[in-house]
Amino acid sequence: MALNNYCLVCGGTGCESSKSDDIYKKLKEHAEKAGISNQVQIVKTGCFGFCEKGPIVKILPDESFYVEVKPSDAEKIVSEHLVKGRPVKELLYKTADDIAAKSEADIKFYQKQVRIVLRNCGIIDPENVQEYIARDGYAALEKVLFEMTPEKVIDELKKSGLRGRGGAGFPTWLKWTNTRATPADQRYVICNADEGDPGAYMDRSTLEGDPHSVLEAMTIAGFAMGATKGFIYIRAEYPLAIHRLEVAMKQSREMGLLGKNILGSGVEFDIEIRLGAGAFVCGEETALMQSIEGKRGMPVPKPPFPSVSGLWGKPTSINNVETFANVPVIILKGGDWFASIGTATSKGTKVFALTGAINNSGLVEVPMGTTLREIVYDIGGGIKGGKAFKAVQSGGPSGGVLSTEFLDTPIDYESLTKLGSMMGSGGLIVMSEDDCIVDVVRFYLEFSVEESCGKCAPCRIGGRKLLNLVEKVTKGTATLADIDTMKQISFAMQRASLCMLGGTTPNPVLSTLKYFEKEYMAHIIDKKCPAGKCKDLVTYSIDKEKCIGCTVCARKCPQGCITGERKQPHEIDQSKCIKCGACFDACKFGAVLVS
Amino acid sequence: MSVQTLPAQESVEFSPALVSFIEEWKDKPGNLIMVLHRLQEEFGYLPRAAVIKMSQMIDVPLAKIYGVITFYHFFKLNRPGKFNIQVCLGTACYLKGGQDIIQELENLLGIGVNQVTDDGLFSVEAVRCVGCCGLAPVAVVGGEVFGKVDPEKLPEILAKFKGV
Repeated sequence: MALNNYCLVCGGTGCESSKSDDIYKKLKEHAEKAGISNQVQIVKTGCFGFCEKGPIVKILPDESFYVEVKPSDAEKIVSEHLVKGRPVKELLYKTADDIAAKSEADIKFYQKQVRIVLRNCGIIDPENVQEYIARDGYAALEKVLFEMTPEKVIDELKKSGLRGRGGAGFPTWLKWTNTRATPADQRYVICNADEGDPGAYMDRSTLEGDPHSVLEAMTIAGFAMGATKGFIYIRAEYPLAIHRLEVAMKQSREMGLLGKNILGSGVEFDIEIRLGAGAFVCGEETALMQSIEGKRGMPVPKPPFPSVSGLWGKPTSINNVETFANVPVIILKGGDWFASIGTATSKGTKVFALTGAINNSGLVEVPMGTTLREIVYDIGGGIKGGKAFKAVQSGGPSGGVLSTEFLDTPIDYESLTKLGSMMGSGGLIVMSEDDCIVDVVRFYLEFSVEESCGKCAPCRIGGRKLLNLVEKVTKGTATLADIDTMKQISFAMQRASLCMLGGTTPNPVLSTLKYFEKEYMAHIIDKKCPAGKCKDLVTYSIDKEKCIGCTVCARKCPQGCITGERKQPHEIDQSKCIKCGACFDACKFGAVLVS
Repeated sequence: MSVQTLPAQESVEFSPALVSFIEEWKDKPGNLIMVLHRLQEEFGYLPRAAVIKMSQMIDVPLAKIYGVITFYHFFKLNRPGKFNIQVCLGTACYLKGGQDIIQELENLLGIGVNQVTDDGLFSVEAVRCVGCCGLAPVAVVGGEVFGKVDPEKLPEILAKFKGV
């Protein structure tokens, strides 16, 4: 019997942690019970991107888009929608005007997105190679092997203008050309899946939702560079992505898409997975190779560049997951097509992980040149709780913080670098008036200091010194002279550090000193934290006029330092207060004041 | 010169699966980190006796192995609790109050980060981004991910594991 419906259940890590696996099993169970299991195909796919509203279930062909589905909803989806053909209205996404969206096309979150990298995420079953093939999977590899020369492949990439999506934006074709040009008996292709930026999960979602696209691209890279061996260096913290890669590699080998004689062309290429072990610095290419070699992951000076002397001294090209995921599409649709998307210097799309104080957090893919305003307000749906926008942080601990005045800047590699931030791997963290910029800088510095490998002094000592100074600011003990010292240390670190980790550690400091100097001054001169985050600078007190003596705050206070009779104004004993803010959160009458 | 290694203080048994994994990787270049991962998977951490035994099997000096273990955050030298609680302190979770979760766990369990409760049931760990930023703040208890965690809900979450 022909299939009437496809039922796609999100199987990304985000949705799986909200029980999407149970939903999947329940749907199967109820379909079985209703006797329609041969008329509907229930598939667990990769990430839909709309993580805020997960778990997500989508029904084809009518494209109903169910959000925040619970396992208990499975029965209704089967009995109402799959059996009777009536969409379950209460599960549909509600737009701003409270109208139920019929499909993704009605949802603002998706309207400005262009999906190249995430083309298959949320559509195919990532553990089934047939579904990837049905969506033109491995067609690019076939074209490369039988219709193209290695030079032609690299040429197509050059035309496309594809640049590294890991952060630095180095032209991919140039990396491949240099690696190919170095004479050697062995060359290596490495996929950098050591996605360490806190607040970034683009690569994980790509690998979980479409692992074959990366395997195909790596094989194409191997052919173009004359390499027969590839490594995927992936974080051990991503068990689901590792599992899907292992499944995909097994299927590819069985189908002759990986191995000695690929598709009978005589070309050889195979891939091995190597696990990272929680060291941020291993995202740096020379450190990454040290780690694959089984050593402490410490960077080594460049040159020689990896394309000349890389893994075990052999020419090596290291590309990021997202970079690879673009390659098969470029081969099939042509470099010119790809180059028609984006800005003058940055082509194609970029995937961002949009998180923080935003209504629609999730994974978004937009053409290069999209403005921050479009991402934050149109796609992201604005700031949570109607708060005021304060800043966007891009590029993780190596990036910078951008303020309101740059909301209309088109995003590409150059524009972000010019503003003292960087593209980075794609984390975009939105901050509202409730977030303290200095506290955020302290958070990033703490991260970079802990992750410094300690090999070179500018990073090891400079980072620690910077952190101490920023901590002084958050405690209200810093002086204006400390700001000058911070700038000096930053200058030295940028120039003298061995690798980009040290060189970019000062970025959050410098960009905030430039755009948010006022907040530093408030901490240093007025001894105040405008957002009320820096505990040493905050005092809680009770407004005697507003307090009705309900005793809720006194009961919530972990220190027991709020006293007062019932129905009488209460008081906080400042000597015992630990500034946890529990009383502020508990008070329904706005009587607890923060200053 | 023969290589002298410390005698194992306690005897340790390797499962046949573990032994065959080590044999398979023994001669591959750059095997050390992969073998350490497998060892930690087996024991939940890296017991000294097991590392000594492994060092002899793959013929890598103990000093080099400890150099690698201590470089990477993922490798643990102490036994974690039966249910390890990983509190995400990635940027999104930090901004949404990941630190408050750690604070509350400290109050509830009486242990700080990287410590184990006396009954060996829980341990607390602060981890980098677990990649569910949409669900921030996130805590992973015994492998199960809990999203949008409210510190007030923690006793409920812990109770679920105490009964197991």
